[in-house]
Amino acid sequence: MSCNRTETLLHAYFDNELDPGGAAEFERHLEQCPECVDALDALHRLRSSIGAAQLYQKAPGSLRRKVLPARTPWRWLAAAAALLLCVYTGWQIASSHRDDQTVLAEELVDAHLRSLQPGHLTDVVSSDQHTVKPWFAGKLDFSPPVRDFAADGFPLQGGRLEVVRGRASAALVYGRRKHLVSVFIWPMAAKDTDPRSGSLQGYQWVEWRHAGMEFCTVSDASRSELETLQALLAK
Amino acid sequence: MDPQEKARFERLVIPHLDAAFNLARWLLRSGVDAEDAAQEAMLRAYRFFSGFHGGDARAWLLQIVRNTCYGRLDRVKNMTEFDEELHGPSSPTPEALAIAGDNRERLALALRSLPPRYREVIVLRELEGCSYKEIATITSIPIGTVMSTLSRARAQLQMSLSEKAST
Repeated sequence: MSCNRTETLLHAYFDNELDPGGAAEFERHLEQCPECVDALDALHRLRSSIGAAQLYQKAPGSLRRKVLPARTPWRWLAAAAALLLCVYTGWQIASSHRDDQTVLAEELVDAHLRSLQPGHLTDVVSSDQHTVKPWFAGKLDFSPPVRDFAADGFPLQGGRLEVVRGRASAALVYGRRKHLVSVFIWPMAAKDTDPRSGSLQGYQWVEWRHAGMEFCTVSDASRSELETLQALLAK
Repeated sequence: MDPQEKARFERLVIPHLDAAFNLARWLLRSGVDAEDAAQEAMLRAYRFFSGFHGGDARAWLLQIVRNTCYGRLDRVKNMTEFDEELHGPSSPTPEALAIAGDNRERLALALRSLPPRYREVIVLRELEGCSYKEIATITSIPIGTVMSTLSRARAQLQMSLSEKAST
């Protein structure tokens, strides 16, 4: 007795080519047709031995090279461009390391981040400039300007000591809505400069020199807010 | 071809180079011929790429590969009739199968021995994982015929493998 489905439907079922209805119907047929069950089993064995034999022949490198020459100039150009980009990036990184400003900004952003750790924000907690300013006296060899700008939206929160470029410096902490701003101040015997700004790791910084001191503000507040504070501090 | 079209060719067709070579390799049963045929097919595909309007790029390419291979087989056949020396026996002898001890050799020999129309559906279905619809596109035969051809091809493959087992 031979089942007429072993030659057609069985293969479509085995190859997942039947629609769900057809597959269900064939499975009902399988329950009562040992011949189809055996044939299906044989197909599975055939497939697994074909799979195990790894008969797939991948294109050899020689063919790949022959087919791709049309691309060669492009590939070469792409490689050259990639190399150029590497060199340029390398140069950028190298030159950025030579850029004093960036090194300083990195140092100050790090200091600002450190200060955000619990208990590190302020050594002297006070919104009163007359408490904060004397606190620095005796700890620093210069007198940083300490003023509260609560009326302008920058309430003074306190101060702490920082070491910037290996020397003791003042850091004032201001609030700005939900943000905190560190203002680093250290003496700098140089003439006043206009503010310069930049961003690093998502933090903004504004730096300027004024009255024999260098100032740098760092915060995750917006650049324009830092510029507002800069204008207040430079007054 | 403009650069945009060229980029499209590289993105859609070039990735199927392995599939092209594999089909050619099994149809022509020679690595050297397959390399030539696959290269020729790629060149044709490149030339006729404007005629490809999206869809299954692999099936489109394999159709060209298949036509290229059959063209070559026909040319060889016309020139030399069928050269047993060049293309091996049309059916594996039990001795050859016995010598080809391990599974890979045994199966490769059995597959090589199938007639091309059977061999190609096995290669497309089992090695390339094509659907019946894709096989129908590549071989230009109706889906129903794909199913019955696969059925006969598998039966013949099973038979030539069991010949070995019974000796």
